Amino acid sequence: MAQELQLIEGDALELGTRKQGWLAAAYKDHEGKLIGLLAIVVVGALWEYVGTSGIMNPMFTSAPSRIYDAGAKLFAEGSIWKDISVSTWEFVLGFALSIVVGIPVGLLLAWYRRLNYAFDPFVTILYATPRIALLPLLIIWFGIGINSKIAVIFLGAVFPILMNTFAGVRTLDDALLKAARSFGANDRQIFLTIALPGSVPFILTGLRLGVGRALIGVVVGELYAATAGIGHLISIFGSTFQTDKVFVGVALIALWGMILMRVLQIIEERFDAWRPERSS
Amino acid sequence: MGLEYFIARTGHRLVALKDVNLQIRSGEFVSIVGPSGCGKTTFLNAVDGLLKISKGQMLLDGQLITGPGKDRGMVFQSASLLPWRTVRGNILYGLELQGRNKSEAKERVDGLIRLVGLAGFENSFPSQLSGGMQQRVNLARALAVDPEILLLDEPFAALDAQTREFMQEELLKVWNATRKTALFITHQISEAIYLSDRVIVFSARPGMVKESIEIDIPRPRKLSVKRTPRFLEYEDHLWASIVEEVRKQGMLPDEIKSGPSIRPSDG
Repeated sequence: MAQELQLIEGDALELGTRKQGWLAAAYKDHEGKLIGLLAIVVVGALWEYVGTSGIMNPMFTSAPSRIYDAGAKLFAEGSIWKDISVSTWEFVLGFALSIVVGIPVGLLLAWYRRLNYAFDPFVTILYATPRIALLPLLIIWFGIGINSKIAVIFLGAVFPILMNTFAGVRTLDDALLKAARSFGANDRQIFLTIALPGSVPFILTGLRLGVGRALIGVVVGELYAATAGIGHLISIFGSTFQTDKVFVGVALIALWGMILMRVLQIIEERFDAWRPERSS
Repeated sequence: MGLEYFIARTGHRLVALKDVNLQIRSGEFVSIVGPSGCGKTTFLNAVDGLLKISKGQMLLDGQLITGPGKDRGMVFQSASLLPWRTVRGNILYGLELQGRNKSEAKERVDGLIRLVGLAGFENSFPSQLSGGMQQRVNLARALAVDPEILLLDEPFAALDAQTREFMQEELLKVWNATRKTALFITHQISEAIYLSDRVIVFSARPGMVKESIEIDIPRPRKLSVKRTPRFLEYEDHLWASIVEEVRKQGMLPDEIKSGPSIRPSDG
């Protein structure tokens, strides 16, 4: 039996969803963010209720409004700016040092096989050791000032940067190498025209991971022993049960981390097309 | 121009090619077809100088091939373009590597961009181009270094059937304008016949020249020439020749052994 497939004229097939009102369309576009925002509001409201209604002791849970008040007060007093600037300075110096060391060393180790054989055990040992365990040593060596913080930040951030740079050089596209060789490229040219630009996306990923590690370094370094800084504030407020103020410090660190991560993520996405396709 | 090859590459105790000796006229378009794994690509890589030959030697015009040279330009199966360079930057890449990145070279590149039909896309990045256009860049990059011999390693293998046909026509147009000696490797018999002055059939491993057939079809050739009786005759003959080789390897299912009239589907 024959089957008939008919498309009635004037009733052309339309692909995609039906037309919607602008409100529904706007909602569709931002659904993820809207639901996320709603979840934040709900959790915040619950927290506020728990903290202010007397169900729980606010010294234990605090509450968004109390954290806001504490923050406003701290900023009005002004001394918090000094702590922010100390922490920022530690972060900037420690992270810059990680970049200056991590990227070149990563490139060198990836390019010179024998150098890698020699350094690999050290990298593995240091990477596997929780860097925090070295803090007492770092304090002995560098004192409780800014230098020991820079050292712990460096030890945290340098490895993700180094290892991602390394991976970037090592995952070169064979097809590109073959093409370059076919034009008579020497090793130096291959390094400059393929290995270096090709590893940029990987280096950016390393930087993004490094930011997280560096922030851990800032806080932990200052919690352990310091004379100033946000971590130092958190430590002092914590030991004196000023929960609201502890949350102010935590919020500052969180905000800081989120902004940096987001910036690096945006840069990273720009370079995504550069990543070599594995099998070609 | 004469090409002399003597190669016996024994990697993992395996002779890929044996006593291959080709005479290619200057400006001739020669295709090599053969059963899968007969060493066609190995051969081309050896001509380009990309392979370290463990045993035997390969001579080009009496000169021993020891590595890649400016007299040879390779078009690869995968476009292998630098993703962070524009079309123009990629075409210039070979010239840059050879230290010939002079202003006249840049003019030549402009001409090539027009020739391969990429005008208007000079500043696009590879990721913005279709597969066919990427292969145009690949071709232009090889032509940019102005080689004496153009080596093409199944450059259209990854394209869809229609694009492939059009690219064959384009390639002939470009070749016609430059008249480079061309050595083309392919699995597709009709592609080889359509493009070439001569089609060489490699025998099953170890690869040897089994047959060399002059394609006596006048140029310029339109794609429709593929449906003429004469073209089909060539195709039947070459297909039979390859089936014979594959059969030697004992790798053919029975129904295909039955006769040479069965042609492979495109691709």
